[in-house]
Amino acid sequence: MIFSFQLLFEAIVFGILLGCFYAAVSIGLSVAFGLLDVPHVAHPAVLIFAAYCAYLLGSYGWDPILAGLALMPLFFLFGVVMYRFYYETFEKRGTEAAVRGLAFFFGIAFIIEVGLILAFGVDQRMVEADYIGKSLTFGEMRVPLRMLLAFGVALALTAALTLYLSKTFTGRAIKAVAQDEPALRLMGANPVRIKQWAFGIATAVTALAGALLIVVGPVEPMLDRVYIGRTFCVVVLAGLGSMTGTLAAGLILGISESIVLMHFGASWAPAVAYALLLVVLGIRPQGLFGR
Amino acid sequence: MRLRGSPFWIGAAATVVLAAILSLSGVNEYFFFAGYVVLQFVVLATAWNILAGYAGYVNFGTAAFFGLGAYTSVVLILSLGAPLLVQIAAAAAVTGLLGFGTGLLTLRLRGIFFSIATVAIIYIAETLMMNWRYVGGATGLQFLRPLPMVPFETYTRMLFFVMAVLAVIAVSIARYVESSWIGRGLRALRDTEEAAECNGVPTLRLKLFACTVSGALMGMAGAPLPMYLSFLEPASSFSLNYSVVALAGAIIGGTSHWVGPAIGAILLASVQQIVTVTISSEINVLVVGVLLVVFVVAAPEGIIGLVKKLRRPRAAAGNPS
Amino acid sequence: MSGTLLRVAQVSKNFGGFSALSQVSIEIAQGERFGLIGPNGSGKTTLINCISGSLRNDGGSIVFDGNDISGLPAYQRTRLGIARSFQIPRPFSSMSVLENLIVPLEYVVHRRSLHTADTRAEAIQILRSMGLADKADTPSNRLTQVELRKLELARAMASRPRLLISDEAMAGLSSTEVEEVLAILRKLNDSGITIIMIEHIMRAVMSFSQRVICLDAGRIICEGTPESIVKDSEVQKAYLGA
Repeated sequence: MIFSFQLLFEAIVFGILLGCFYAAVSIGLSVAFGLLDVPHVAHPAVLIFAAYCAYLLGSYGWDPILAGLALMPLFFLFGVVMYRFYYETFEKRGTEAAVRGLAFFFGIAFIIEVGLILAFGVDQRMVEADYIGKSLTFGEMRVPLRMLLAFGVALALTAALTLYLSKTFTGRAIKAVAQDEPALRLMGANPVRIKQWAFGIATAVTALAGALLIVVGPVEPMLDRVYIGRTFCVVVLAGLGSMTGTLAAGLILGISESIVLMHFGASWAPAVAYALLLVVLGIRPQGLFGR
Repeated sequence: MRLRGSPFWIGAAATVVLAAILSLSGVNEYFFFAGYVVLQFVVLATAWNILAGYAGYVNFGTAAFFGLGAYTSVVLILSLGAPLLVQIAAAAAVTGLLGFGTGLLTLRLRGIFFSIATVAIIYIAETLMMNWRYVGGATGLQFLRPLPMVPFETYTRMLFFVMAVLAVIAVSIARYVESSWIGRGLRALRDTEEAAECNGVPTLRLKLFACTVSGALMGMAGAPLPMYLSFLEPASSFSLNYSVVALAGAIIGGTSHWVGPAIGAILLASVQQIVTVTISSEINVLVVGVLLVVFVVAAPEGIIGLVKKLRRPRAAAGNPS
Repeated sequence: MSGTLLRVAQVSKNFGGFSALSQVSIEIAQGERFGLIGPNGSGKTTLINCISGSLRNDGGSIVFDGNDISGLPAYQRTRLGIARSFQIPRPFSSMSVLENLIVPLEYVVHRRSLHTADTRAEAIQILRSMGLADKADTPSNRLTQVELRKLELARAMASRPRLLISDEAMAGLSSTEVEEVLAILRKLNDSGITIIMIEHIMRAVMSFSQRVICLDAGRIICEGTPESIVKDSEVQKAYLGA
């Protein structure tokens, strides 16, 4: 274990870039689970699915980020349908269905994962783009260009969603339905349609995040198992329903993982998210900014 | 509630005897190879249901308990050359302890949080075993099977019989828990934990009990695995597939009654074997996922629920059910 | 058989920065009929949760029948003789009405004996006294609001409590139904059970209680007989605003 401030600094910088990416990857879950209370354990699977869709478009020459943007409307619809189905089948029927709702999403996640294995095989897939493979040099430090790009897009995405939820009418309606659904109903708004819309947006955001995923590194079908830990860690650490918290939590996870990666190696890095998750759940289950 | 005792114990004894007869008969070796897997999932699904069906806590981490049971056997084989029964007992102790720890988690975590934490356990267990060279690390270890015990011709046949006995034990325990005061307390805490506590139910103790028993049974199901495969490595031992099939088996069969997970596991594992042999092993996993989703959506009470629905019109005609 | 049954001494409870209860002290005598009133959010249910054990008090102590129960989990307090009903009924929804009573009978009274005919008979007896006997085998998730309230009380009674806390058992009921529940509570008190009643329905509290306490913002603002409470200016201010 070589300790040096230079290495530590690099780890932190890399961690910030990575952390912002983790925030973007998790913010869809922050909405779906944090705000809408949907036990969406299939979120990481949808993320990987989006990454593979971007890969597919990439094999036709599409730039991955453009592919991600193009996928957003499709995934929006996908999210709307998924929520509607979940609502009609489970949420309507009350608490008996809680176990079943969880099992349902677990099953969906599994189907997506196996579907991807059947379609693409278990090997890793990558995309090519101008910015993948190049690095920028800052003094003694080399920062991969793809990480900078992912960082930028992720930051923009997270900021956009946060602003949307706090500044626009629909966005505020979404937050309202999370806090006080009966009151919203009394005001004449239809909570189901609002939640449906919110879930659609969350899924659309996840589509772009999936594209970022394949920009950041290669993907394989089983990646959703690692990302269950990462996304739920970020969402729980943030505090359910907090969008700004998601960014902070993402950064904390990114930096922690980066430091562990640099000093202990790649085989321990995925465990960081799970360990951090357990620590948060044990010490401060409401997270940093929980409601 | 149900008829106490006799029909069940007769059936249990008959199952053991049947398993013994089969394993000594001339049936094709493949039957025992596949039958072991089916019985293994009966144990896993039944164990899973003790916590999920009765107490309402969904454990996604079945694979962790199963894998750790297998690795406990490995440690015992390497260090002491211990016989199978000792391996099973040790696995039960280790995973029972882990189950106890998982039960303590429930103090703070409800619902989906508990379930996500159980996924974490798989990851941590797998990472630990992957980095422990004594048990083979990421590449795993190979094992030489000892000679099977006297009446059995092959080791696989012996393992088949052992797993049959374990399945009977698991189902008996599940049945006892379900129909006893323990079961009622678990159902009360599943319905409304706070009110259960205010009505005298020691919720933490019952949850610890359910978690410990569930975990121990899962570990016991994993204990013979190294000898069954003659090989053990972390990635496949802690595969999420074990968690999914255990969960799916219980839900498909029906979580409200001890017979449900057994039926579901037998059906599901058998379908898996057939599909693996006739089509492919990836498709068989897809089949599990699809069946799980279909049942959760369309037949939430599982096969037991479907059977109940079919019998209801007949009940009106005076048919006892 | 008089004497203090429950002594709540300087009990406080905080949630984050919010102080739900501040230095609340109450003494309740054996066999007393005690009323607890206060506007919404004044801390009544929090106090009940601290007494029954669903919450741990942060400061002060709770002594029941001479034993300090402040550190005991709720199920042990129930075994000592404290029972409560919930403001919003919480039946064991997967069980029948009868089975709902079997739980406390098995876990508090008979302690693990099998589901014998005696336990069932005892449960039926209790249901009969509440007017629920004909619903014994009905799934509890199919009851009406009134029936659910009665089930809450029946279940609380099944644990053979010495102290019964009724948390707004009459909210939303018609006047006949209120009289029904009041009659049940009076009968229980006649048989020796100490009762704490939390209610918003003033005529019920006033006609039932021997002593009443009014809570506001986590503090006791008045204590006395029903007549004196009603006239107290602090109480009127708390309910009607300054």
